[in-house]
Amino acid sequence: MIQDFGTDGVIFLARGLMWTLGLSVATFLCGGILGLIFALGRSLGPRWIRLPIATYIELVQATPLLIVVFLSFYGLPFFGLYLPPLAAASLALTLYATAFLADIWRGCIEAVPRTQWEASEALGLSGPETLRHVIMPQAIRISLGPTVGFMVQIVKNTSVTALIGFVELTRAGQLLNNQTFQPFHVFITVALMYFAICYPMSLWSEKLKEKRNVDSTAH
Amino acid sequence: MSTALHIEGLKKYFGAHEVLKGVDLEVASGDVIAVIGRSGSGKSTMLRCINGLEPFQQGRIRIAGHVLGEGPQNLRVLRTEVGMVFQSYNLFPHLTVAENITLAPRVVRKLPRARHDELVDKVLSRVGLLDKKHAYPDELSGGQQQRVAIARSLAMEPRVMLFDEVTSALDPELTGEVLKAIQELAETGMTMVLVTHEMGFARQVATKTVFMHHGRVWESGPSEEIFGNPQTDELRAFIEPNLK
Repeated sequence: MIQDFGTDGVIFLARGLMWTLGLSVATFLCGGILGLIFALGRSLGPRWIRLPIATYIELVQATPLLIVVFLSFYGLPFFGLYLPPLAAASLALTLYATAFLADIWRGCIEAVPRTQWEASEALGLSGPETLRHVIMPQAIRISLGPTVGFMVQIVKNTSVTALIGFVELTRAGQLLNNQTFQPFHVFITVALMYFAICYPMSLWSEKLKEKRNVDSTAH
Repeated sequence: MSTALHIEGLKKYFGAHEVLKGVDLEVASGDVIAVIGRSGSGKSTMLRCINGLEPFQQGRIRIAGHVLGEGPQNLRVLRTEVGMVFQSYNLFPHLTVAENITLAPRVVRKLPRARHDELVDKVLSRVGLLDKKHAYPDELSGGQQQRVAIARSLAMEPRVMLFDEVTSALDPELTGEVLKAIQELAETGMTMVLVTHEMGFARQVATKTVFMHHGRVWESGPSEEIFGNPQTDELRAFIEPNLK
């Protein structure tokens, strides 16, 4: 039966959008925690920690996200691990976000001048105290813009999980199109929904980056 | 007078290159020592060895009752006894002047919050910057930033202060205020070691001057003698163009 694309359709898409946002938040939280640990290990840890983390980051960054998603959903059952689409999607996106956030944040930690470590050391602060009171507050300020920018990427990239049947916004659009055969109306609505979330975040990210440039050149 | 700092046979290598070839130096309490010499003579490296920022391969450093030998030591205790001021100030840009000053006393010494104001006022008045308490470093001139860095060091009540070319990054018109702050500190009896290119200042303020050359203490003695009656050709060649 063919339905017309109307209020019901928009509500259906909105429900998909909720899943997109939920998946994005979960990805950012899990990827953020792991990414922070990896960033610290990568920039401050001993060689035997830095090397495997660097390898992980390179590996994931050089692999299409879709392949990571397929591996979690179709690949893991090969080892007897069957994950439902939501779990496989969360796992794949977390692996992906961890690699990128770790790399972004490593750069921010290393962007704090070496002399800040020296000044703290000379005042008798320990390594962890220096990290907490001197390095991290500065690194966080540097990271705000790029981090919000990457959150936009996460929101958009959740759409690849549609290919393993997870009903987020893009998959909801496909399903609705199959029922209404009004692809233009359906997908323009989907696009507008992504835009409504991503565009304000992009603006915010730019603003944060600009603010940081002003801060660092102020005198 | 008791010995505040004693360096014996200090050797330091960067890879195969020997930067310090056995430095001996004795500093009595209340001494103000100027360390002069060409770039690459090992002055700054020696200073950085004294508070453990650079590891060294041979020799011994005794400072305020602590012995620093080869390998990792109890640097943390030592560093609370030795203050260091850097060429590029190295203030914490995300903290106000007052917060820069109280960070180490609060974190390392566990100084209660109620005594922070008193400490800030005390050290800032010594460098004449009481009115800048709530400013951020980037709102201050280079000279003011360097004076805050001195105050930040003083807040840990060090027994010895090290100054690493602290006026070299400053515009000429700003060096005066920093040198004045250092001179006033010298007058309070603070033991200090200054690596400096300011020959006039060294001659005027330092009780003793050390000339370093090729990783060694080449010549040392009371400042008046070092500048007035240099014994070696190398020292003569170094100070003559500076004194003209």
